[in-house]
Amino acid sequence: MTDVADTVEPAIEPALRAEALESLLLERGLVDTQTIETFIRTYETSVGPMNGAKVVAKAWTDPEYKQRLLSDGTAAIAELGFKGPQGEHMVVVENSPTVHHVVVCTLCSCYPWPVLGLPPSWYKDPAYRARVVKEPRAVLAEWGTELPADVEVQVHDSSSEVRYLVLPERPPGTESMSEDELAGLVTRDAMVGVRKVQVP
Amino acid sequence: MEGVHDMGGRDRFFRPLKPIDPDEPAFHEPWEGKAFALALLANRVAGTNLHAFRHAIERVPEPEYLSGYYERWLASAEILLLDSGILAPGAVEARARSLRGEDVEEPAVPEPHKPAMPSGGAGNLREVDEPPAFAVGDRVRTSTDTPTDHTRLPAYARGKEGTVRALRPGHVLPDTAAHFLGENPQHVYEVAFPSDQLWGSGAEPATVTLDLFESYLEKAS
Repeated sequence: MTDVADTVEPAIEPALRAEALESLLLERGLVDTQTIETFIRTYETSVGPMNGAKVVAKAWTDPEYKQRLLSDGTAAIAELGFKGPQGEHMVVVENSPTVHHVVVCTLCSCYPWPVLGLPPSWYKDPAYRARVVKEPRAVLAEWGTELPADVEVQVHDSSSEVRYLVLPERPPGTESMSEDELAGLVTRDAMVGVRKVQVP
Repeated sequence: MEGVHDMGGRDRFFRPLKPIDPDEPAFHEPWEGKAFALALLANRVAGTNLHAFRHAIERVPEPEYLSGYYERWLASAEILLLDSGILAPGAVEARARSLRGEDVEEPAVPEPHKPAMPSGGAGNLREVDEPPAFAVGDRVRTSTDTPTDHTRLPAYARGKEGTVRALRPGHVLPDTAAHFLGENPQHVYEVAFPSDQLWGSGAEPATVTLDLFESYLEKAS
């Protein structure tokens, strides 16, 4: 290969790069396959938005739990067994007919892993990170949620280790639903505050 | 530090949002899961910390940073492992080429030189001995300094006036921990900024809150 300054190195696709890094660390015993697999499986199967949905459904059906959740999010979420990295200090903010909360991390993609899992593409995307702190209503409208003009909008930029979970409004017409049925309605996007919970 | 990562309010990224897929999986392809696990493990192997990891992501060259989330995680894992002497420069690329069948000489394993910053315990929440400098309701102004190193004060919130809404638990200071200069725990405050303070009159009405370290703030007169 010529060594010319303007020669662009052929790209190594990320899958191969990950494999190369893995093989370098494995052969020196610095990591092991089982730990890698456990990390992957944990976030594929047991840590995800279904956890946050349980928290929300419980808050909708148990007023005392909701009180605890809003006053000490970390402890109330831990009552359901959800804690761990990126959930050290949880703050739960409640959406209502008068206040709408939405969460972002403009500097990286901080996200409350124990309750929502790993962040989705749209949350990590530059357009969301750039725009939602400046034009939150336009962002919500683009995703189909028009907020009335008199609703106060609060955007939370996750700039420390505090992580936010939005407690969405319980949709009308769900009074007879069980906690489990309610949890089935609660979506990841509603717990970040970019959409409302819909009744199918 | 200044860089592409500091995206809040940046015009160049005002473009259509990605569609929301409610069923989006954690990893779209197997390599993303591998990159995720390897990056977390690289942090351990390199003897670094969360803040150094975030700072390594900030140091990923812009085209690579923008190529994708797990792409930048992978790149930052390599940066941490290079910095601590676990991997030699060029080692990953050489291994990749060799894996795809090229005849490549791989660099020798270097002598590790991991950072040795004393840890005050697990996680990033800490007791702070000094009393907090600000109270709920105080008017505060954020620093105008242009940071050359890691910081958690976004550019759009520099030199702005807001109101303290809550006192958060004390935290390890990212600005020093990212550079292995010590945990230096500080008080952290939730500060609320009206959107016109951040973006000027005519801004969409809203309140933006940030959780800010005490050294980023001074009392507003």
